[in-house]
Amino acid sequence: MSTKRIEKIVGKAIPMPRDDIDTDRITPARFLKSITFEGIEKALFCDERENTPDHPVDNPAHKGANMMFVGKNFGSGSSREHAPQALKRFGVEVLVGVSFAEIFAGNCFAIGVPLGVASADDVNELIKQAQEEPETRFTVDIRNATVSYGERVISIDIQETRQKAFLAGTWDMLANLRGNLPQVEEVAQSLPYVTNFESEAQ
Amino acid sequence: MSKNTLYDKVWDSHTVAKLDSGQDQIFIGLHLIHEVTTPQAFGMLKEIGSGVAFPGRTIGTVDHIIPTLSQIRPYEDEQAEKMMAALEQNVNEFGVRFLHLDSGKQGIVHVIGPELGLSQPGMTIACGDSHTSTHGAMGSLGFGIGTTEVGHVLATQTLALNRLKVKRIEVTGALGPGVTPKDVTLRVIHDLGIKGGLGFAYEYGGDVFDTMSMEGRMTVCNMSIEGGARIGYVNPDETTFEYLEGREFSPEGEAWERGLAYWRDIASGDDAEYDDVYEIAGESIEPMVTWGINPGHSVGISQPLPEVGSFAGEDRKTAEHGYDFMDLRPGESILGTKVDVAFLGSCTNSRISDLREGARLLKGNKVHPGVRMLVVPGSQQVKQQAEEEGLHEIFNEAGAEWREAGCSMCLGMNPDKLVGAERSISTSNRNFIGRQGSPRGRTHLGSPAVVVSSAIAGCIADPREMGEQA
Repeated sequence: MSTKRIEKIVGKAIPMPRDDIDTDRITPARFLKSITFEGIEKALFCDERENTPDHPVDNPAHKGANMMFVGKNFGSGSSREHAPQALKRFGVEVLVGVSFAEIFAGNCFAIGVPLGVASADDVNELIKQAQEEPETRFTVDIRNATVSYGERVISIDIQETRQKAFLAGTWDMLANLRGNLPQVEEVAQSLPYVTNFESEAQ
Repeated sequence: MSKNTLYDKVWDSHTVAKLDSGQDQIFIGLHLIHEVTTPQAFGMLKEIGSGVAFPGRTIGTVDHIIPTLSQIRPYEDEQAEKMMAALEQNVNEFGVRFLHLDSGKQGIVHVIGPELGLSQPGMTIACGDSHTSTHGAMGSLGFGIGTTEVGHVLATQTLALNRLKVKRIEVTGALGPGVTPKDVTLRVIHDLGIKGGLGFAYEYGGDVFDTMSMEGRMTVCNMSIEGGARIGYVNPDETTFEYLEGREFSPEGEAWERGLAYWRDIASGDDAEYDDVYEIAGESIEPMVTWGINPGHSVGISQPLPEVGSFAGEDRKTAEHGYDFMDLRPGESILGTKVDVAFLGSCTNSRISDLREGARLLKGNKVHPGVRMLVVPGSQQVKQQAEEEGLHEIFNEAGAEWREAGCSMCLGMNPDKLVGAERSISTSNRNFIGRQGSPRGRTHLGSPAVVVSSAIAGCIADPREMGEQA
């Protein structure tokens, strides 16, 4: 469980215009039957890619990209961590979009993939830039909460708590949580359903 | 900021620490686990040499991959077999209680939690499945988590979380004939949108919820996540307590009285403040059915399909995509759309009341010859109860397939799948492209009543027009 500081990501971007891309589309359910995440990147958008000859993920112009620009409510639906795992293992290190689904955002944080939120106009501009000039090198700056290319600088929102954790390299929360185990026991003992009326079966 | 709601009270009493990140470390009262989202999490425990911190607060079952026809081992699907074996080994190795197939208590986690009295008011409940919001019906805070977070709960019984805002959804008055909790939840998602709940917990209340059964509340809370809300709950009341009394894991005797005191106390106060309130008149809700590719794409069953122009911005593109994929046209009626498959089941609608409703409407009728109908109970106990009541005979006589408990055709992880471009009418919760196992398969969501009326007619049909039965 190595954890690292995440400050800046520089590279090309895959544009994924369209809202409400759910996790069933990112990683169809049949790929959830593996007991490891190994190779899950092969499932990334696989049904969609099969039926879409010019899918952005397959477009050679975007080969080697390490970020993705997405629309509203990206990652909705199923809680499957397979979706962010597939993105990460495919090489996507950061996503910038209009909004993200709650559980998906939590999963991205847990595995160290920052999410940036920008206005629909700004995201459309980024998507257009990546579509029209796919060789563009974008910089996502976590500290200053910006994404930039050429002279253009766009502000993004990164949830403050997560931003701090990425910069400090403490986004792998497990060590933090384990450090408080004595307090966990205290809180457990203070809860009526743990101590006061627990049924025998528990 | 919300104040003195059930959400606030439970959150505060379960806060272990403020983390450096600014997040809250929250104690998890009940951790439900299943085969799909745990193998990597147990792998993580092994990697760091940790055990399960509170094995007594963790309980497992198997639901997603389980075949509902033949459950003889080894399963035909090698991957499913491997996944099952991994879970069996992990629960053994880590000392976690496991409700296996031979327990008589196996089932979909969100069905068995309330059914066994495991899910209780004032608890935090987490599970590696987004429909954990179901348990909010018990007056608890239930929410879905990813696999890394499952590892966090196993190792520490806590999670690092951001506090949500609270939106009160008030459904006033009463529901009309043939209108069910499923229609209420589809209407909420229709009105507030599938992104409307982002950053919110939904508190459901008002006359309609006050008089709704526990199983109905579960159906509504189940689909909170489809509206973007990770959590949805109903305050505990006499209906809740009546449901809980006598269940296997419910407290008994004096402990029951102590439980009642806590549960009454944990409900939102009269002076509770909300970040937002949304009101719907119960009388205005029709049986709902989805026409598109997300649960917000729904329409009152007698209404014409919405014009694409009624959607703004990017939503318009999604709607166009929806019409194109579903091969439907704006302005037309959804009634009469031919269906190939009817599915009565899933964590949304597979409880005994759902099966009773389905059997009541199906009795004396036949499933249309062009339709394959699956009826899949949510748990072994639901199955047993239904068989004691003779419901399975009604389903079989009508030409439906009566199956073993599991997630079945809600998602393509087990042998129950749509084939090719088949069109289904389904009591499940997601009409996403590919969700029911075929990349070209088309899903319409509706209540058990809509599914049965459509199964009989061979096309989407209004249950209110089934004569006296409805």
